Amino acid sequence: MCRLAAITASEYFSPLENVYALETMKEGHDGSGMGLMLKDLGGFAEPLKEYPVLSGICSNDGLKRIEDYMLAQGFREVHMWNPVIKPLPGVDKKDCYFAKFYDYPVSYKEKPWKEKELLLLGTRLALRRMGESDESIVVFSFYPDVITLKEVGDPLQLAEYFGLDRDGLKARIVLAQGRQNTNYAINLYACHPFFIQGFGTMTNGENTAFVPIREYLMSRGFQGYTGYQSDSEVFTHILHYTVNRLGFPLPYYKHIITPLKRQEMEGRPDRDALLLMRQSMRMLVIDGPNCVIGFTPDGTCFMVQDSKKLRPGAVGGRKGKYALMSEECGIDKAVPERDRSEDIFPMKYDMVIVSPGAQEVKVWNQLKN
Amino acid sequence: MEPTEKLDKNHQLTLKEFPYTISWRDDRCTRCGQCTAVCPVKAIVPDVRVERVVSSEGSLPAPKVSRRVVQVVRQVNDIDRYCTGCAMCQLVCPNAAIEPEFNPSHKFLHFKNKGGDAYKRGGRRNDPSPSTLDQLKFTRISMLTDPALDAGRHEFHLRTFLGRILPPESLPLKAEDGRLVVDRKSDVFVPPVREIYPIMIGSMSVGALSPPMWEGLAMGVAYLNEELGMPVVMCSGEGGMPPRLLKSRFLKYYVLQIASGYFGWDEIVRALPSMVEDPAAIEIKYGQGAKPGDGGLLMSYKVLKLISSIRGVPMMVDLASPPTHQTKYSIEEAVAKMIQSMSMAWGFRVPVYPKISGTKTAKAVLNNLARNPFAAALSIDGEDGGTGAAYNVSMDKMGHPIASNIRECYLDLVKQGKQNELPLIAAGGVGKKGNLAANAAALIMLGASAVSIGKYLMQSTADCLGDENNRCNLCNTGRCPRGITTQDPKLYRRLDSSKVAERLVDVFRAADTELKKIFAPLGRSTELPIGMSDGLSVADKAIAERLGISYVC
Repeated sequence: MCRLAAITASEYFSPLENVYALETMKEGHDGSGMGLMLKDLGGFAEPLKEYPVLSGICSNDGLKRIEDYMLAQGFREVHMWNPVIKPLPGVDKKDCYFAKFYDYPVSYKEKPWKEKELLLLGTRLALRRMGESDESIVVFSFYPDVITLKEVGDPLQLAEYFGLDRDGLKARIVLAQGRQNTNYAINLYACHPFFIQGFGTMTNGENTAFVPIREYLMSRGFQGYTGYQSDSEVFTHILHYTVNRLGFPLPYYKHIITPLKRQEMEGRPDRDALLLMRQSMRMLVIDGPNCVIGFTPDGTCFMVQDSKKLRPGAVGGRKGKYALMSEECGIDKAVPERDRSEDIFPMKYDMVIVSPGAQEVKVWNQLKN
Repeated sequence: MEPTEKLDKNHQLTLKEFPYTISWRDDRCTRCGQCTAVCPVKAIVPDVRVERVVSSEGSLPAPKVSRRVVQVVRQVNDIDRYCTGCAMCQLVCPNAAIEPEFNPSHKFLHFKNKGGDAYKRGGRRNDPSPSTLDQLKFTRISMLTDPALDAGRHEFHLRTFLGRILPPESLPLKAEDGRLVVDRKSDVFVPPVREIYPIMIGSMSVGALSPPMWEGLAMGVAYLNEELGMPVVMCSGEGGMPPRLLKSRFLKYYVLQIASGYFGWDEIVRALPSMVEDPAAIEIKYGQGAKPGDGGLLMSYKVLKLISSIRGVPMMVDLASPPTHQTKYSIEEAVAKMIQSMSMAWGFRVPVYPKISGTKTAKAVLNNLARNPFAAALSIDGEDGGTGAAYNVSMDKMGHPIASNIRECYLDLVKQGKQNELPLIAAGGVGKKGNLAANAAALIMLGASAVSIGKYLMQSTADCLGDENNRCNLCNTGRCPRGITTQDPKLYRRLDSSKVAERLVDVFRAADTELKKIFAPLGRSTELPIGMSDGLSVADKAIAERLGISYVC
């Protein structure tokens, strides 16, 4: 089972903290891979917040093709972070790991944010398609203030491999997931966390209803709902669909993936709305076993369980720093100086929401709210 | 001079031509006469024959030959009185002296056209081979990487929706203080949607079924709904319903069918102002899987007082429904108008959907309905469906299997992103070999929102004798030996409606358990696995390819 380690804080911190937390949970994962997603970047990237960052892996030929394509689209590269790789046995080294910071094409500079967002998404998907057949280009995210790193191998070793301790890479939100995809083919696109237009999630467990959910998302007519090398990618896209496409408040994500039973809806002021959603969005209902941890564009972080609470998950911390982990030992590592008695173990109706900047944590109960 | 025909019995059929031959044991028979009395087709008769008897009396053998007249049971070789294999004789025999035996090398169809009258019967397609549905396996079992659910412990939501469902983008919702509420000022039409049990009881009319059979099913449905909380709905079939039921609170458990003969609709329309509940739905029948493209027929001898009053027709006349609705001009106009008219009759509070027979043109129908916001579902009835009366050729040779038909329709909806907007109801051969839950689950995983069953229920609730070897299949004659499809009180008094109701409840409770036993290991419980085709496999490459599922061996 995947191990998940998310930290959200008011101050910048190194993603190494997440890796160390993952290391404490090592008994539960097989060290077969790691995905890191950093949001609200600090360190060398702090002055570059406004520029969209293209994160990925490519061959030397792929790099050339990326540069040509981006140039042709009018993107101007303002910075490139490519970690100095320390080769390690067992890790299949690729030519180039990169996070390229771009300025928007001139024609887009004055365009509304929604259009810019679509441009970034379309560009990422175009690059993905360009390199899909020969795996010369793999791109994980293209968005301002977000960097994604993924590779097959042991998380601690990968931290060394990427030199995470060297380059001063920091962020206020970091999601880390340990273990490669086990249900489908080994593929870097199958590695959590997944990202789309400011939304990122990672999951442990297996999504048994993957196929109908995938078909439903793919038929929504939105270009970003594609990929699905992993059954967990749909969780990110359902979140995006709920909040971005439908404009629903975040807690309704829980209502969509694990709807209340009819008798539980009775007497609620939103009963009629929930009933309509129950019908209309039944293809998006999950059965788990899943614990989903993620963030939204405004920096809110959350943890949500399936309707039977079949996977572990805990949230703990103090004002200014919270950890959302699949195991409590990870929280102990990340935020040792906290009141453990206030740790939260969300159950089947709960959604734990940590406000932006890790200022406040709330347990939103689906039944009571 | 005697004609040779009479001397050598030429132009008479040997019993080898018959589908069933009677095996009768002289030594066991007590000559009670029950078998010959019960035979619905008079295929066996009491007869006499002369026997040569060799006997010996005394201490030394002294054989004497004598002749005596004995009473026997004889099978007649009249094609109009062929043994149907129903085995009622065997059932009533007190001494296990008689039984019909299937004759696989019969030439029945060569002769069952006497007088130029093509063979008509009831029942289903005479094909005993396993259907595609019965070949499908559930292979994606949750193991180790995810725990299988527990059919006994976890909560299951085995319900489906009947009605047109709005896509999320069209829902009239607005956020108020972080909470979604329905925007009452919105002018979006929210179609009526029922939450029902995913196994529906298909259309079998009051006239086709005997009073105790229909009553038994109705009682069972009421019990399932009101005592067990299982929202099972039942379709009326063509021909209306008893007015008392139309005006009762139980109407909500019924789907009212309107078909090409419009039988029973005078009474339904008259009862409208007095209805205290809306029906579950309205089904417009355009076709039937068992006899695609053919109309309905209720034989005159079934049209007795009750039926004639419900249907609003004279007694003792053949009631033929045309193959198609006479008003059907085009799907865009006539069908759409009919759906709207029926919707309007109930103030747009009742889902209205068409039922068609399985056909290669199903996708064309589907695509039109997908564009019609009032179409509540599409019911597709495959070739293995049953009927009370049809030409044998229609039943055996016409129609489309349900599996690939439902699959291609579902995938077509997926392409349009409407897979959750227009529910597909699959019928025709569900439970053909007794695997009701497995067949239903397979169809749901291929894309059906619900399945509809008919003949399985006749077999399991009232011991209907019919099978795919043309056993019995006398539904059309009004001489149903079980009292299921007859209006003859002498026959239907054999059937106890309470027992039918009890068995119906048994069937649904058992199917419910079996569905959970299938869905739990697949890891699905809070919603039906509609379209979860990755859970299905088949050991036949061609089927796998056609259905878009995996091949296993």
